[in-house]
Amino acid sequence: MIAVLLFSDTSRLVQLAPVDVAVIVFYFVLVLGIGFYLKHRANTSEDFFLAGREMTAWVAGLAFLSANLGSLELMGWAGSAYQYGILAAHWYWIGAIPAMLFLGLVMMPFYYICKTHSVPGYLQLRFGEGSRGLSAISFAFMTVLMSGINMYSMALVMKVVLGWDIHFSIWVSSITVAVYVALGGLRSAIFNEVLQFILIWAGALLIPIMGLLEAGGWTNLKAQIARNASAEYSHLWSTLGSANNNPMGIHWTGIVFGLGAVIAMGYWTTDFLVVQRVLSAKDLRSAKMAPIIGSVFKMCVPFIVILPGLLGLALLPVKLVGEDVAVATGGHSYNEVLPLMLARYCGPGLLGLGITALIAGFMSGMAGNVTAFSTVWTYDIYGAFINKKATDSQFVKMGRWCTVLGVLISIGTAYLVMRFASIMDYVQALFSFFIAPLFGVVILGMLWKRATRQGGFWGLLCGTLTSVGLWAWVKVDPTALRYVALSANARSMAENMYRALWSCLISTVVTVVVSLMTDPRPESELVGLVYGATEIPAEREIAFYKRPIFCAAVVTVIFIALNVYFW
Amino acid sequence: MKFKEEISIWFFIGICLLVNGVLISAAGLYEWFIKPPSRPVVLYQLHANVWWGAVLLIAGAVYCWKFRPEQHEVKAELQVDEGFEGDTCKING
Repeated sequence: MIAVLLFSDTSRLVQLAPVDVAVIVFYFVLVLGIGFYLKHRANTSEDFFLAGREMTAWVAGLAFLSANLGSLELMGWAGSAYQYGILAAHWYWIGAIPAMLFLGLVMMPFYYICKTHSVPGYLQLRFGEGSRGLSAISFAFMTVLMSGINMYSMALVMKVVLGWDIHFSIWVSSITVAVYVALGGLRSAIFNEVLQFILIWAGALLIPIMGLLEAGGWTNLKAQIARNASAEYSHLWSTLGSANNNPMGIHWTGIVFGLGAVIAMGYWTTDFLVVQRVLSAKDLRSAKMAPIIGSVFKMCVPFIVILPGLLGLALLPVKLVGEDVAVATGGHSYNEVLPLMLARYCGPGLLGLGITALIAGFMSGMAGNVTAFSTVWTYDIYGAFINKKATDSQFVKMGRWCTVLGVLISIGTAYLVMRFASIMDYVQALFSFFIAPLFGVVILGMLWKRATRQGGFWGLLCGTLTSVGLWAWVKVDPTALRYVALSANARSMAENMYRALWSCLISTVVTVVVSLMTDPRPESELVGLVYGATEIPAEREIAFYKRPIFCAAVVTVIFIALNVYFW
Repeated sequence: MKFKEEISIWFFIGICLLVNGVLISAAGLYEWFIKPPSRPVVLYQLHANVWWGAVLLIAGAVYCWKFRPEQHEVKAELQVDEGFEGDTCKING
């Protein structure tokens, strides 16, 4: 392995020194060591799939965020910042913070009190087996695709940056993840995610610091961006009055309603990949605080992801291009901006740490997908439809095998994903297929007692079909973009925003209409599941500054201040 | 506490930062005083790997000391006794 790390093909961006290899190898040894160390703590299904529900708010909160810090966060969004400017920060602020606070304050009590093992599990309690099955199958499908994308992204970076063989990268990283997750279950995944979170910051934080030193501060950086690209690249909101005035080709309604109100809400509140980390919290207050703690760090992530993209736009001597053009001309693509900045500032040792940060990001995302997949498969497909009388030990056994199986399917997916040119747009399309309609149904289920089983099922099905149908419509007839995204100039990201918005609206409307046409469930069956039928424990004995609502208010003020400053 | 023998996650993180800090600062010092690079990185004169490595080393040492397994057991019990809800260290997380 070390030989492969040191001596690889010559078309790489950087050359690793022995000390860099030592840093990387030490990381692999440590994560595997944690997996072996925690092996004896994964004996019951509660241990294996929910880490015994013993995590503190800080650990659950950091794991909640780390599971999201996959390849897309580190590399893809740095590339998007180079391509679209500071608009990419919307995916971290309005595209995350309100949703994370909403999860902590409004939705977490229901997830936690009903003691569900998964989001499809909540749907089963609230809407019955049909909704659970539909949600579980679509989630499992999406998850292995996401995992494959993670692997592919990582292998691509390692090939471009270090010249590593793409197959070597895929197999080594995925086998490592499979070993530590299969041994220690969610607890091992969470421990490693916290470790990976720290490493990501330790490895990536130096780039914006050095970049700002080189650029001469934020004001000079903006001036340089205006010279190299356009002044619009450093404005967050002021160019969104028209889709023609900004690099992304999106109107503010797409950002606010498509991204903030639908995609972000859907992802952060119903995607089991992230919700699973919060479900592992040791009590309700920790479960409510975990997303709020996560939101504080999420607000800071643009510093290590978006800022390097903007610095690349201002400082790099080469002009980056799209993936297709890069392949055709031999140039560098947008997605390479982060590794290029890394190579620009980091000498021996630091380079190894930066590469480790990238690997850690990829592995935390992959582990998140694998653990979520194994949980949903084991509880919501195997336990619900295949072996309804399964014992606890059978669940654990199935979970371990599913971890290995999920990794193998993901590897297969990674090879398929190689055919797709744009990683980011593809993933955003997946979100709008499955997550956006799910949010409409779950939120109605939690907040509206009148919602019925039939309403939930048909709402979910129609929302998903709407999203897939709109995507297919634009593929067959590109001029349909003016109807789907309200602008013929919309880029694929804007199209995804609007498609998510329509599918969520359809799922909501269908759920409401069908519910009103069918018999409601008695209120006694909705205890612990729905607002108005569930008693939420009071927090009067806790000091006001430790209460989730106060912490969320502080986060909201900072969030508003950031948006105004970068307006 | 039922998991007294467990090592805190923060101790693992301390080990990670400490080892990386030692490796990176040592590499930086070697480059600075013994064998300067033939193709230095941008802003090489700031010797980022020396001071960044030192920051990691110090942070790692502090974490290793603060969350070392022996002391950690006692601290966790104190936290539970005081009804403290674990915003720093807990045996199980």
